[in-house]
Amino acid sequence: MSPGKTTGKTPGTSPMIEMAGVDKWYGAVQVLKACSTAVTRGEVVVVCGPSGSGKSTLIKCVNGLEPFQNGRITVDGVSVGDPKTDLPKLRARIGMVFQHFELFPHLSVMRNLVLPQVKVLGRSSAEAAAKGKKLLERVGLAAHAQKFPGELSGGQQQRVAIARALAMDPIAMLFDEPTSALDPEMIQEVLDVMVGLARDGMTMMVVTHEMGFARKVAQRVVFMDDGRIVEDAPTAEFFDNPRSDRARLFLSKILER
Amino acid sequence: MFANFDYDVIWRSLPYLFYQGMTFTLLLTALATAGGIVIGTFLALMRLSGVAPLSVPAAAYVNLMRAVPFVLMIFWFYFLVPYIGQWLTGAAQPLQVGAFASCLITFTLFEAAFFCEIMRAGIQSIPRGQMAAAQALGMTYPAVMGYIILPQAFRNMVPVLLTQTIVLFQDTSLVYVISVTDFLGAASKIAERDGRLVEMYTFAAVVYFVISFSASRAVAALHRRVAIIR
Repeated sequence: MSPGKTTGKTPGTSPMIEMAGVDKWYGAVQVLKACSTAVTRGEVVVVCGPSGSGKSTLIKCVNGLEPFQNGRITVDGVSVGDPKTDLPKLRARIGMVFQHFELFPHLSVMRNLVLPQVKVLGRSSAEAAAKGKKLLERVGLAAHAQKFPGELSGGQQQRVAIARALAMDPIAMLFDEPTSALDPEMIQEVLDVMVGLARDGMTMMVVTHEMGFARKVAQRVVFMDDGRIVEDAPTAEFFDNPRSDRARLFLSKILER
Repeated sequence: MFANFDYDVIWRSLPYLFYQGMTFTLLLTALATAGGIVIGTFLALMRLSGVAPLSVPAAAYVNLMRAVPFVLMIFWFYFLVPYIGQWLTGAAQPLQVGAFASCLITFTLFEAAFFCEIMRAGIQSIPRGQMAAAQALGMTYPAVMGYIILPQAFRNMVPVLLTQTIVLFQDTSLVYVISVTDFLGAASKIAERDGRLVEMYTFAAVVYFVISFSASRAVAALHRRVAIIR
């Protein structure tokens, strides 16, 4: 393990995302308890659990949007918690998709895609626009480039949000309940994009309740309850043979539908 | 009261009223608004920064400006600014700033406190997810503020900012306390010189009303156009 260096990756078999013994408190309340897991290159890991289990908090710690008090998180060998780390630079390499899409409503769809590329990565406008166009085609929204987010449906907005994250050419993508705020008929279009991403080999950490998605493309499922990682198993094993009672209870409720 | 209304005095004094008086009023309003919004936005950012050496002085400044009557501020600055200038520049004698400059400084600094509170409300009205999303893309704090938060906050607050400007426009009449001639001051002078108080003050009231009312209507129309659909 590199001792807190801020540049370069540890070559070889180092996982893309790694966390060890992460504790986090909001004031007096402990929301993350000794969380340890890893996501290797090209792996898709689904994080699930009852609400309040800390899964959104966990994923927000990975790119430093939430601070944590104990433990260590590294992405591509760079330590997230280290005060010497250039956090904006690291975040530019990790894509994140939010539950409420969080597109910039005062900018057009194309500008949403172009602005971060130009201002953060320093690409030229032409290059950024070309990339934006390509990604909009990939998510099926090329015709909507000049529209504003307020004119799009939730499913369309989320697909644009995914395109915006992809425009930065991230090494890994984090998804925080990407379909939870969508009407049921729009969930599939977003999941289809995510499945496509997974099949193309993107490293993904997905907080979701969509177990169908998990079964389809996730290599591993991490189950959290009350701030702790209770189970961390390959997908099939998790669904067929959950080891803990809490996981069994959760699955029975989720899969009832 | 209106039996002997002399419209001619109004007609005769129009050039003086508007070239001398109204230009002063409008210039002071425009410059103080522009300066006030810029300084106010900085103050708002200081208050929201979470860094005590920035937020505490900013809050103290805003609270002070809002606690003291404006007329007192105008008076105070008129007498105080030359001495502050002398102290700042190390000159031998108090700095002669002139009445307009003194007014401009006073109005700008006073209005900055109000614009600070407006912009602070505007910034806080932007959902936190916007900051999170922008940061997740790798934007630094200045970039997030400059491209994402402030543009949205500003557009949200346009009606309130312009309403405050209309208030400022009316407050410019307070400069009479340091014997500066704005539009109302000009109307007063004519009224006293020609003995036509009713005509001049009525006319002044009508002009202020027409300008303020039109500006309010323009604010409403503008807001419809710049409002961000969420």
